[in-house]
Amino acid sequence: MTLSTGLQISEPTPDNLVLSPVKQSGLADQMKAGLDAPICLTWELTYACNLQCVHCLSSSGRRDPRELTTEECEAVIDELQRMQVFYINIGGGEPTIRKDFWHLVQYAVDHGVGVKFSTNGSGIDAAVAEQLAASDYVDVQISIDGADAETNDHVRGAGSFATAVQAMEHLRSAGFEGFKISVVMTRHNIPQVDAFKAMADHYGAQLRLTRFRPSGRGADSWDELHPTDQQQRELYHWLMDHPDVLTGDSFFHLSALGEALPGLNLCGAGRVVCLIDPVGDVYACPFVLHDEFLAGSVRNEGGFQKVWQESDLFTGLREPQSAGACASCGHFDACQGGCMAAKFFTGIPLDGPDPECVLGHGETAMDSVARAEVGTDHSRTKVTLGTKPAG
Amino acid sequence: MTSLAVPFDADRAYRLHEQVALRPEPFGALAYHYGNRRLNFLRAKELVALVESLDAYESVRAAFSAAEIDPRRWPSFEKALASLAASDFLVGAADGEGAEVAA
Repeated sequence: MTLSTGLQISEPTPDNLVLSPVKQSGLADQMKAGLDAPICLTWELTYACNLQCVHCLSSSGRRDPRELTTEECEAVIDELQRMQVFYINIGGGEPTIRKDFWHLVQYAVDHGVGVKFSTNGSGIDAAVAEQLAASDYVDVQISIDGADAETNDHVRGAGSFATAVQAMEHLRSAGFEGFKISVVMTRHNIPQVDAFKAMADHYGAQLRLTRFRPSGRGADSWDELHPTDQQQRELYHWLMDHPDVLTGDSFFHLSALGEALPGLNLCGAGRVVCLIDPVGDVYACPFVLHDEFLAGSVRNEGGFQKVWQESDLFTGLREPQSAGACASCGHFDACQGGCMAAKFFTGIPLDGPDPECVLGHGETAMDSVARAEVGTDHSRTKVTLGTKPAG
Repeated sequence: MTSLAVPFDADRAYRLHEQVALRPEPFGALAYHYGNRRLNFLRAKELVALVESLDAYESVRAAFSAAEIDPRRWPSFEKALASLAASDFLVGAADGEGAEVAA
């Protein structure tokens, strides 16, 4: 018998699993069958946002008037504490817009639930940065999508690069080591991947690269922004050369290119992760805000725990999944058929290939199907891509 | 950032880092370190019990003996504990003095 702690998750996001070289197939099976409580979960506290990024997975912009109240949020945190959820990823929208945001962060920390929150930086001034640097239990993730203002603002809006840089300057000045710089990989910014790494090193931060999904407004910008086949290959090799870069385990579909990327390489949706949205609805993962993947609500009797442990949707996701159209492909063990959300929003059946299948099976599948409708839109105004960056 | 300057040594005393929390699971336990924000899987219930008992013994080997773990399996347990120590989930007991032997 070999005992090993083996698996290390340096950031238990849906997708941020870092594996030791030890083979962990038994563990992966246990993860697929689900746990009594999520390893961590994403909680979008508000759909309100001062930006309207063209690829926003939750189509954020306007606040939903039915948002959970402060008391309801506290009750959810109490429940997460009882379930021993170590850590939550708070996002939005721009979560710092909520008037009770800092109160809720402190409430979570005081109840043994660590917090990592994602922000565009607009709420991080010098004083906030000082407070954050003083806490061991709060981690910050600054979102940028270009290594320069032109590339970033094309996707995230005018002035957003400067805002993010200022927040990072504040964090560095305050001595906050190891905050995260989070980048969604697109056709425009994959050529800048070394520049992102240099930026992270400059700020004493950790780089986190995640996959662009056709979710929310990402469905509208997918055709322009999703990486080319060649870029996917380049990214795969770059990631293999930089195992210290966090990925949220989100590029497991690239593992079909060769040796598996670090991580569990499986879809954790409804098995080890899930999402709570601003009105308390629970979805299988942050990238499937759609009725099809709605498991229940924290507002219903039994709360979050009942949804996690008993909902039909999650129970179904924990059963062995069919390899479907991918059953005859020799790479299924490596890529597991790819990302459920990416398939769903490009109109591919869930047992079909990933739209970005590195063997090209996805393109054929997309040609033959109509795209799925997107979920609820919270945009304030119609959102379109800015001026395309040169080159 | 590791507090352990020397390699794992089963003749020394160790304890769980005070910022580490354990959550029981069917396979053993999930361990989360609030300091370095890493998650580890303890993949056997015996390993969980052992880790929780470490601070009561003057050395890791003493803890193995007390838990009546078959000596043939010690190397695999040592490997697991070394991995936990490498990621700061286990720390050496203060100044190598070790903890008192449990009654």
